[in-house]
Amino acid sequence: MTGTDTTDTARLTGATAAAALALGDDALILSHRLGEWAGHAPVLEEEVALANIALDLLGQARILLSLVGDEDELAFLREERSFRNLQLVEQPNGDFAHTIARQLYFSFYQHEVYGELARGDGPFAPLAAKAVKETAYHRDHAEQWTLRLGDGTEESRSRMRAALDALWKFTGEMFQPVDGLDGLDPAALEQRWLAALTGVLDRAGLDLPQGPRTGAWAAGAGRQGLHTESFGRMVAEMQHLHRSHPGASW
Amino acid sequence: MVTADAGTTRLEAELAALAGSVPDPELPVLTLGELGVVRGVRMHEDGHAEVTLTPTYTGCPAIEAMSADIERALTGHGIPEVRVTTVLAPAWSTDDISAEGRRKLAEFGIAPPRPHAAGGPVPLTLSVRCPNCGSTDTELLSRFSSTACKALRRCTACREPFDHFKEL
Repeated sequence: MTGTDTTDTARLTGATAAAALALGDDALILSHRLGEWAGHAPVLEEEVALANIALDLLGQARILLSLVGDEDELAFLREERSFRNLQLVEQPNGDFAHTIARQLYFSFYQHEVYGELARGDGPFAPLAAKAVKETAYHRDHAEQWTLRLGDGTEESRSRMRAALDALWKFTGEMFQPVDGLDGLDPAALEQRWLAALTGVLDRAGLDLPQGPRTGAWAAGAGRQGLHTESFGRMVAEMQHLHRSHPGASW
Repeated sequence: MVTADAGTTRLEAELAALAGSVPDPELPVLTLGELGVVRGVRMHEDGHAEVTLTPTYTGCPAIEAMSADIERALTGHGIPEVRVTTVLAPAWSTDDISAEGRRKLAEFGIAPPRPHAAGGPVPLTLSVRCPNCGSTDTELLSRFSSTACKALRRCTACREPFDHFKEL
């Protein structure tokens, strides 16, 4: 940001830097995915809503990545295996129900995490205190759509159910411990997340998906730099302009 | 809100008022002071002025335009070097918008934010008054609108859609 210094972004190191990268990459990658809806959303209001959520996430990502290093270098010059985001947030948009299911799972998690960090006095507290107010709106947006789709037509209900089932296996990773976020109790976080999710699904007339959420195939995979197939293509698209025209600006 | 604490010099208070009088780039009816985003001005020994600014939303793209406008206003006032620093804590809230700011928003056709307890849930119960006809019979169309800080509503009395500066 030209002309704008930031005082509360003294660089972090070690485990805390790794945590900033994990949280920042979640926000960056989901922001990019949501941005892919521009020009494709089912109605104009939704296009605006998804872009707004993407913008909030991008703002959070910029602050978190700036705690680690140069935000542009980190976003545009890292290789796929260096990203530390959850596999959940990199999943393709799919149909609208898939996007909403991904939002439901992730925004409820992110809201809990920021809420917890905001209550502490660690390096993430200032950002978290701000971001938690934004994610309250993201959570509400996902919840309202889940109710509408789940309690809508046969078509919308079956699509919402299919989307929730398809993404369920990626949710276990959210509750793996993250180095540098030692103040967070993953088990307590998971309980609160499950309780909130069950409440929404219940009101939407949907069941909590069944099936494994963790296992040898997926143990903390995104946080370790292992990503799913579509992630490579997404990163290529996200980075190509900067790589083709280094330092390009509007 | 620009508050003059004990350690503020007369020049700093004057510059803070000047920075606060800069119009918001997205809602030009409001000044940055009325919006409550200018946190203060400090003169440093080497002669540069440091302005602290807080964003409304973390991703608000207007923050860069605000910084540039403040720099222009202060350099135009004879300050050779101006640096704008963004701070996050304490987080900005719609409760920081001044009474005058709220009045101007309503006059401009944007329903002002409702006051709310910090850290509380998103308030959805209190009615939002239509800025066109004054009816409290309004409904939410979308929680997100043309900028990060607004929601889109419709008045069921006069049928006009309008923006609502949503609570944060």
